Amino acid sequence: MPFIPHTPDDVRAMLAAIGAPSLEALFDEIPPALRIGELPALPEALNERQVTRLMEQRAADDPSPLCFLGAGAYEHHIPAAVWEIASRGEFYSAYTPYQPEASQGTLQVLYEYQSMMAGLTAMAVSNASLYDGGSALAEALLMAVRANRKSKSKRILVPRTLHPLYRRAARAIVHNQGLELIELPYDPTGGHTPAAALAPYAGQDIAALVIPQPNFFGVLEEVDALTDWAHRQQALAVAVVNPTALAVLAPPGEWGEAGADIVCGDGQPFGAPLSSGGPYFGFLCCRQEWVRQMPGRLVGRTVDLDGKPGFTLTLQAREQHIRRSKATSNICTNQGLMVTAATLYLALLGPHGLEQVAAASHANTRALVEQLTRTPGVSLAFDRPVFHEAILKLPRPAGEVLEGLLAHGVLGGFDLSGEYPELGDALLVCATETKDAEDLRRYAAALAETL
Amino acid sequence: MLIFDQSRPGRRGVIPAAAPDHALSDIPEHLRRRRAAPLPEVSELQVVRHYTRLSQKNFAIDTHFYPLGSCTMKYNPRICHRLASLPGFLARHPLAPETISQGFLACLYDLQEMLREVTGMQAVSLTPMAGAQGEFAGMAMIRAYHVARDDHARREVLVPDAAHGTNPATAIMCGFTIREIPTDGNGDVDLAALRQAVGPQTAGLMLTNPSTLGVFERQITEIAALVHDAGGLLYYDGANLNAILGKARPGDMGFDVMHMNLHKTFATPHGGGGPGAGPVAVNARLEPFLPIPFVGKDGERYRWLSEADRPQSIGRLSAFMGNAGVILRAYIYARMLGRAGMGRVAEYSTLNANYLLAELAKAGFDPAFPHRRASHEFIITLKRQAKTLGITAMDFAKRLLDLGFHAPTTYFPLLVPECLLIEPTETECREELDGFVAAMRQIQQEAENSPEQVKGAPHHRPVRRLDEVRAARDMDLAWRPAES
Repeated sequence: MPFIPHTPDDVRAMLAAIGAPSLEALFDEIPPALRIGELPALPEALNERQVTRLMEQRAADDPSPLCFLGAGAYEHHIPAAVWEIASRGEFYSAYTPYQPEASQGTLQVLYEYQSMMAGLTAMAVSNASLYDGGSALAEALLMAVRANRKSKSKRILVPRTLHPLYRRAARAIVHNQGLELIELPYDPTGGHTPAAALAPYAGQDIAALVIPQPNFFGVLEEVDALTDWAHRQQALAVAVVNPTALAVLAPPGEWGEAGADIVCGDGQPFGAPLSSGGPYFGFLCCRQEWVRQMPGRLVGRTVDLDGKPGFTLTLQAREQHIRRSKATSNICTNQGLMVTAATLYLALLGPHGLEQVAAASHANTRALVEQLTRTPGVSLAFDRPVFHEAILKLPRPAGEVLEGLLAHGVLGGFDLSGEYPELGDALLVCATETKDAEDLRRYAAALAETL
Repeated sequence: MLIFDQSRPGRRGVIPAAAPDHALSDIPEHLRRRRAAPLPEVSELQVVRHYTRLSQKNFAIDTHFYPLGSCTMKYNPRICHRLASLPGFLARHPLAPETISQGFLACLYDLQEMLREVTGMQAVSLTPMAGAQGEFAGMAMIRAYHVARDDHARREVLVPDAAHGTNPATAIMCGFTIREIPTDGNGDVDLAALRQAVGPQTAGLMLTNPSTLGVFERQITEIAALVHDAGGLLYYDGANLNAILGKARPGDMGFDVMHMNLHKTFATPHGGGGPGAGPVAVNARLEPFLPIPFVGKDGERYRWLSEADRPQSIGRLSAFMGNAGVILRAYIYARMLGRAGMGRVAEYSTLNANYLLAELAKAGFDPAFPHRRASHEFIITLKRQAKTLGITAMDFAKRLLDLGFHAPTTYFPLLVPECLLIEPTETECREELDGFVAAMRQIQQEAENSPEQVKGAPHHRPVRRLDEVRAARDMDLAWRPAES
């Protein structure tokens, strides 16, 4: 029997020890009317060779075109050592470190992860992860409403330049608690959130302002001005950032006069393969003063009975297994293994390696835009600087163009017509450090032929 | 030693391709980072050695018996990891068009169908990323159901006192209030109390079955009728689904909605705290509210079902498709179990639990519910040892670590004093269970003869008991560079 070690002798001896006549007898407390027989609609079991053949076929059914699609999930090179180490059984098959004496490995990794994220964002505290970027934003908004005692409202300003799927996930998660998400328009020339978009809310009771950097269009927002505006309104500034960009862009803790209050985002670029959308991980950082409002696990450094340094989960009185209905969130299982991979990724790259990844991605995107806009009818949608994505205006519907590109083996980007119809025929493109000059030429040639 | 302590300026690990000079020249100075991020500067070997050594400080299923109650720490088959890591699956972008995603979508669709069958439900969405998010999805659907019927008064959720902490926390996140329902002396829900609690304010009841007390709720049919007659719905917390897989189905018990923990029942790894996956299954009346996206089939073609297909959906719970890679691992495991294998999971996990309970009882330990059949897990209480010897459940747990066993769940559920909640799972062999019993006997003897050996445990782990008060008071949550 796969994965079950019992021999017939074991079963006989164990039933005798229990005093039960059969395996069936072990279910004698389930009312007979509720018992089921074999389920005919389920397939027959496959052995390892058979399931390998099935899955290899399924994987082969899905070609992997040259990828210029980003929109919240980014192809980066993952050093071999990341998953060689993260997949070790001691990390892979361990549970949440509730017994710290038997979990110092996981706990120290999480502490180092928290330290790296706090350093990257220039915030005091990072938690040990949430599920993904979209749900992390939802938790950040709930946290902002709890933390902002100067605001009596649950109104939150959310730029339309924020990832549309993040906005939807956040809304689905927070709306039952009465939070009101108010969308802010973007500047049609720059593709950023202008001061004019905030003006109507001056003097109103707003709990928080969300500030994406870069925004969904790839465009860099004027984060200092936005942060300062939020603080003048006694609103909290909630940053949503691409973590790779933090190597080269001002960290949220240094935005404006006082820095952002809460920082969240998706950690996928740090060692998580694209993998159809997950598992990735959400990160959440904040100022020291909000730490007790934070959801999710936190690891602290302390000492043992002999005074030796060690690590343990801490401030658990915020969490559901202690506080039940008064917890800061219902989250229990998080994305620990992905954080382990992220810690390895950041340790392997170091500050300069990460900076190189960010700078090369930026340079590749600029070069791609420069090449693609040589094609007649293709132009940049916005005039402000970007990080590693940009929006191109096309002479034909983006959906058609993407199909044409796919026929050339190019995954050309994200069609914006569904989420931003006002942009017309527009395409969001991304070129990370994984692309070389030949890849960019291939895209440009495919686009020229498609158009 | 931290990785940061090994850092030396200028040392490099993996070196990516250099960016061209002045690559960032178009980014205005005020938007740029001024000081390099305080990340460690270490070599690749230092990284590999540091994290390999850290891994060796962990207990894991691969290294130790890990009988954590309600956590289902069964073997995580290597083949699931290998096949979910095929390049085609890892490289697929979440927003890749359906035309080049049919292989991936077929896996999801098949798993939806298999889970539908083993739960006795009408429809499945795989998108929730852990059990707690599955609970959220379920309770948000119950809320949406009542709102869609203009039944706005149903704002109270009933939760047994034995429930996981996520249950009440989830109900609050969905905008409900909580009423606790007591448990009777046999470990069943107190029906009289439930009868008094239900009413026009009742949105639903959240129930784990078998409960966290390790026993099957025998009155489930009566409970379902009571709640439904009052106009409420029933939520099944799938944390303990391992106990009944292939033997009984929540859909047949009268539940309207449930979640499953794929990282428990379907053998995907816990990863030191995640990622998990918490698919939800519903009956017909909640189907319109399922979270998106999930997979539909038109003829031979698979496609995403999204907002346009499901206008009443509670929406998206993540930016993309939940923990897709975890779902693939569970699918591979489910295909390897197949029709006959599902029921074996329940049979052998229940056999192991009842055997371990019988042997511990023979060794002199006190079952919390001596007259009940154990499910896939059970509770012993060390109240007697605490009273007579001053040795607590925590002391037993810590001493077990010294003897090479991960501790069972301690002090949960809250209503049994000094409890150990023990779940061996079906993948452990008899000798391992016997070894655990021998360790418990040894600790009992030590408790009587050399109690300091137990109170001071663990003695042989990388650290001894940690000062948790200091951790919370001094709050050292991140390393910082010396200069700042």
